[in-house]
Amino acid sequence: MADKPVVVVGAGPAGLCAAIELKKAGAPVVLLDENDKPGGQLFKQIHKFFGSREHKAGTRGFDIGTGLLDESLRLGIDVRLKTEVVGVDPGLRVWAVEDRGRSYLLEASRLVIATGATENALSFPGWTLPGVMTAGCAQTLVNVYRVLPGKRVLIIGSGNVGVIVGYQLMQAGAEVVGVVEAAPTLGGYGVHTAKLARAGVPFHVRTTVARAEGGESLERATIVGLDDSFKPLPGTERTLEVDTICLAVGLTPSVELPSLAGCATTYVPELGGRMPLHDEYMRSSVEEVYVVGDTAGVEEASTAMEEGRLAGIHAAWSLGYLDDAAMEAGAAETRRRLDALRQGVFGKKRFDAKSRVLEESHNR
Amino acid sequence: MNGDGMLKTSNRVADHAVLGAAPEAADVEIFLDGQPITAKEGEPVMSALVAAGVTVFRHTAKGSPRRMFCGIGRCTDCVMKVDGVPGVRTCVTRVAPGMRVERQDGKGNWSEGAEDGR
Amino acid sequence: MNVPERTLKTKGAPSLGELEAAGMLPGLEDLKARACLCIECVEEIPCNPCETSCPRGAIRVGSPITNLPALDRDKCTACGLCIPACPGIAITIKRVEGEKATIRFPWEYLPRPEAGDEVRMVDRLGRVVCPGRVTGVNEAARNDRTAVVTAEFASEHVLSVVSMQRGPR
Repeated sequence: MADKPVVVVGAGPAGLCAAIELKKAGAPVVLLDENDKPGGQLFKQIHKFFGSREHKAGTRGFDIGTGLLDESLRLGIDVRLKTEVVGVDPGLRVWAVEDRGRSYLLEASRLVIATGATENALSFPGWTLPGVMTAGCAQTLVNVYRVLPGKRVLIIGSGNVGVIVGYQLMQAGAEVVGVVEAAPTLGGYGVHTAKLARAGVPFHVRTTVARAEGGESLERATIVGLDDSFKPLPGTERTLEVDTICLAVGLTPSVELPSLAGCATTYVPELGGRMPLHDEYMRSSVEEVYVVGDTAGVEEASTAMEEGRLAGIHAAWSLGYLDDAAMEAGAAETRRRLDALRQGVFGKKRFDAKSRVLEESHNR
Repeated sequence: MNGDGMLKTSNRVADHAVLGAAPEAADVEIFLDGQPITAKEGEPVMSALVAAGVTVFRHTAKGSPRRMFCGIGRCTDCVMKVDGVPGVRTCVTRVAPGMRVERQDGKGNWSEGAEDGR
Repeated sequence: MNVPERTLKTKGAPSLGELEAAGMLPGLEDLKARACLCIECVEEIPCNPCETSCPRGAIRVGSPITNLPALDRDKCTACGLCIPACPGIAITIKRVEGEKATIRFPWEYLPRPEAGDEVRMVDRLGRVVCPGRVTGVNEAARNDRTAVVTAEFASEHVLSVVSMQRGPR
């Protein structure tokens, strides 16, 4: 048994679930988050989740989040907010900075990195104008702070993030004047795009944004058609009056902390790009360091929670807080639920990508 | 459908089909370049300014207007001078009564007597 | 053989052909005989709250949960519990009685409609098809904030109407 705690970095869905499993097993655990409220991106998801009952399907994301928070409070997990982790050394000493003031070292027996992902940017003339932002920024404003970023919105990118945020912007009272997608087909779930379509939102495939214009802030955007090589087609430009452009062009895993911890990385386009390698227990190439959630490949909140549970269960076992049978049963259960989420036309790609990650991890 | 359109008279979303009515929050007075702005207790400077219709938060050294981009503290597009200290991320800085927010040009400059640590 | 037009991945909403190919379109005769469930779910994604919400076992997804829902119309009593349960907001119930069609559909916007409201019914691409009248709004707590609106409109449009127009006129 260890005296040094398991340090979990990031109190989003993955980190919360890891900390809960560790605490339930009786392992000492400390959960750190740089924000002044836990929950990561989960509390912004006001739509009902997919999956099955065991994945809490049909429940709104923020209600799932409240459930996790309540459980972490009930278990008495040591949660330290406003705490940034700025480094970690080979001896697994975590450098934490609290409230941008007090700096201290935390000696960890294990490290679970659950720091999420960062939204990608797309640059085009005028992209820095006030009014151009990421889809997540708009989502944070309307769902957390209850403020509209603008009134007339153009969405760039038709993946689930873009179309879900488009719907949520309409729920908050904005008008979505269109969704553009550079590829020949739309990326998000058909049920999500259908909600926008029946609200009269036009979709433009093989289209991108050519430029954004305005005086001191965004006033209009020009979109343009693309040929098969993604080159702009002359004569297809169209100008839309908008005060907001939301970029929904993908996320990239936050790989800073795993890199500092010495974790080997790999490049997986289907999961957002560069990400830390991990095995079937979410262990990175550094045995005592686990990576979970979007840090370990961009998927969704449901998979983040299961990966967090998997790492928590395994880390607890590795420290002697769970016996072999309990660990294998718990791990098998979470893997089964993960597999269920990685099926179908959208999930299969992620399943295959994760399989390649496991294979590469084992071949090291 | 009858009724008067949707809560569009201000940028604040007073009511919402899923989130319900906005929770009661005390008014907090902050200042933008000396002008009073009514913010809500607990919100970050960014949303208070957006709610008040502010479209420009700062200008770069080359004069480009900027406001916000990522909204969660990772990109630094939203920085402003807060209580004398420039370069403060307004999306992760909560309002406080009497807070002085100022637009900066480029990196801005420290006001005399301003405190470190933000 | 005519290849049915496919619009789901280009215009955002499925065409009648895509719905038919997925077995998701009740025929006119079905709609005249009884209230019919319309589950406009044509992609295999892991999801089964429609199945678990049905008290009669009329909707079957089974395993794997990516299966498209299969409906047993004889078991369906059109209770409507599945309408707010679907995370994809993809289920409606329609009925034709002579000149009049009735649709019960999910609604997650403000303003909430009220019984008596004169509204505009729209098709899958949001185009106004015909006028309609709201006859009821169900906001039971178990719907978890997805209202179920009942509206009547001219039955000749029953196959194309899926919702009402949102937003200020």
